Amino acid sequence: MSLDNSKDTVIEVSALYKHFDQVTAINGLDFTARRGVTTALLGGNGAGKTTTIAMLLGLLLPSSGNIRILGEDMLKHRHRLLHRMNFSSPYVDLPQRLTVRQNLTVFGHLYRLPALKQRIAKLAEDLNLSSLLDRPYGKLSAGQKTRVSLAKSLINEPEVLLLDEPTASLDPDTADAIRTHLEQYQQRTGASILLASHNMTEVERMCSDVIMLRAGKVVDTGSPDALLARYGRTSMEEVFIDIARDRAPQ
Amino acid sequence: MSKQDIHYSPRRIGAIVLRHLYLMRTSWPRVLEMVYWPTVQMVLWGFITLFLKENSHYIAQAAGILLSAVLLWDVLFRSQLGIALVFMEEMWSRNLGHLFVSPLRPYEMVSALIVMSLIRTLIGIGGAALVAIPLFDYNIFDMGLPLIAFFFNLIAMGWAVGLLVSGIVLRYGLGAESVAWIAVFAIQPLCAIYYPVATLPHWLQPVAWALPASHVFEGMRELLLHGTFNMHYLVNAMLLNILYLGGGIAAFLGYFRAARRRGLLLQIGE
Repeated sequence: MSLDNSKDTVIEVSALYKHFDQVTAINGLDFTARRGVTTALLGGNGAGKTTTIAMLLGLLLPSSGNIRILGEDMLKHRHRLLHRMNFSSPYVDLPQRLTVRQNLTVFGHLYRLPALKQRIAKLAEDLNLSSLLDRPYGKLSAGQKTRVSLAKSLINEPEVLLLDEPTASLDPDTADAIRTHLEQYQQRTGASILLASHNMTEVERMCSDVIMLRAGKVVDTGSPDALLARYGRTSMEEVFIDIARDRAPQ
Repeated sequence: MSKQDIHYSPRRIGAIVLRHLYLMRTSWPRVLEMVYWPTVQMVLWGFITLFLKENSHYIAQAAGILLSAVLLWDVLFRSQLGIALVFMEEMWSRNLGHLFVSPLRPYEMVSALIVMSLIRTLIGIGGAALVAIPLFDYNIFDMGLPLIAFFFNLIAMGWAVGLLVSGIVLRYGLGAESVAWIAVFAIQPLCAIYYPVATLPHWLQPVAWALPASHVFEGMRELLLHGTFNMHYLVNAMLLNILYLGGGIAAFLGYFRAARRRGLLLQIGE
């Protein structure tokens, strides 16, 4: 099932399977994501979103199937591609005792970035982190940590950004600031974003395309508007529930 | 080769080393722990040596023999712990996912672990060795160049064991972290630290000779008791260490690949 077959495809997944012993977590996944837009990867708990993201990043090896990112085979050229990608998730931490500046410095060196001090200063300014740079990461609030994690994920100006619930557990104000920053970043750089989220307001606001997963398979795709029309609903939350409960479009 | 294709980057290795130096700088208990146990061991064995010097012909021949054994044993222990603890710091801080979505390669991680182990061992053993000079009038540095050979052979064996242990902890989770503390003690009786290999039962002696550390401690005893540096021991230890280090690195990389198959890099826990 594919959203777009043009050469502007940035992520192309075909016949992807992942088995853990007797459990099939990903069951023949096929999808594409377009360059320069935000694509939502949706599904209930256990649908396979995080597993899919982990395979796109090479953290998890598929049992079989193909993943092409930016036109290259992810399984063969992982390290070359990782220079052009990044990732943020509230479920993966940064070292607590290191300050924000130290954490960003370490990751800047891992990406072998030039002019690292200036890059960190610019990111801190953009994400309102300047006053937090010399505070230990572990002493920050959840919202501040999310901003730092986002700064880490943008440090190499990625062309492909994978975000796993980037605004989970944030207050509406902080969540809005994060979304605004991501939209501005995308407008400025033309980056492609793949977003796993349970927040349907976020999906309606940010995403041009939606991929719905259930039990490790793609069960529907389309733009939020197209899905709303197809299911005869007024909100993505209702569409989400219809698809998660296997209700046919009205 | 483009900048992105660099397979082995000193800057990426330096980044991981820097991350752990930052940690050491902000956590004095971690630095204290490095020096504490080697010093306590050295003080204990220093007093035992003082007592035995008066009562034992063997010790009277070379008063520093027990202290040297204690300090050199700690080189092995601290170097394996240096690898395992630094790796477990990444697991405790749930940072492996971030590290391995960066271009960091597993063998660059191995190199960084080795550098950090060297730094930690030098701090720990160096501190204890310096304390021994005024306290027991014993200077391990009097051994001269052979000390460097002993040191690097023991630290290399420690790296091999540490990499194997880190792989096991990655594969089986932090519930297996006690392996890091006990692993080398399983082989301690066979390493001929305080007594020659000949003391062991005949059937155990081949096992002892298969350990690089046994050759180092036999060489140390010959140097301190007879004043001769036997190259035979050194060469054996080095050849064995090549095998051990190769095995340790292969085991770590194998466990790392198994972790990628099982999705363990994102789900680190018990």
